[in-house]
Amino acid sequence: MFAIVRPDGWDLPLLVHVAGAMLLVGALVVVVAVTAAAMRRGDDAAVLTRLAFRGLLIGVLPGYVVMRGGAEWIASEESVGDPAWVGIGYSTADGGLLLILVATGLAWRASRRSAGGAGGSARAVMALSALLIVAYGVAIWAMTAKPS
Amino acid sequence: MSLYEWLLFLHVLAAFLLVAGLTACGVLVLGGDAARRALSAPALALWNVGGLGVLALGIWLALEVDSYELWDGWIIAAIVLWLVASGAGGQLQRAIREGTFDRAGVQLAVMSLATLALLIDMVFKPGA
Repeated sequence: MFAIVRPDGWDLPLLVHVAGAMLLVGALVVVVAVTAAAMRRGDDAAVLTRLAFRGLLIGVLPGYVVMRGGAEWIASEESVGDPAWVGIGYSTADGGLLLILVATGLAWRASRRSAGGAGGSARAVMALSALLIVAYGVAIWAMTAKPS
Repeated sequence: MSLYEWLLFLHVLAAFLLVAGLTACGVLVLGGDAARRALSAPALALWNVGGLGVLALGIWLALEVDSYELWDGWIIAAIVLWLVASGAGGQLQRAIREGTFDRAGVQLAVMSLATLALLIDMVFKPGA
């Protein structure tokens, strides 16, 4: 019942953490939707793969930084210990960063090669982004249910 | 998991869907025709499912938790903000269906500000 009993000093860092996480997940959903559409619509593939790259660059990456910064801010305010839910949060965040960077690199590559339609890079961007959404879904469960 | 934990998880998950829909609406309004064709359906679906989920699960949570009441100021404020966001969202949906984006920027701004205010209200729970 963290939401009910957490100290007031955590409110602002929690707001930053959650807002960053929402921007991160929202931008990932947009990336999945536009890369899926790029594979279906040959005519729009070039525009949509560029949009996916921009989504990762100016939506997902800043969202990650804000989410991770908020998490560190909460941890610095008061010791949260080392329960399982904190471990799940850190591992999905840190492992997720690697996938985000790989997806961003692949999206950059796809955006430069998409004249002939979305290719394997765009497909990989979509798969990695979908995987990240699932991982962050698990993180949301861990942050709310707080398994010990 | 207790009922409270399930409700909180699903309520927060619905809030993430709502913001994903809002993000998609933002790209749709600010992007070009290709973005509109690609994002119209997912943006509206996410906004509607997330919005209904947030409201229904939020009310259920308020009824479930002893220390919350539906007439608490921060919960009433949340419902008012939800109505404001939904009103603007409904107008934007109509604009998307009709392909008229004259006032879409204003509608998107109202949706964004109301959703941000909702998030602040949910985290700080003023008066709780």
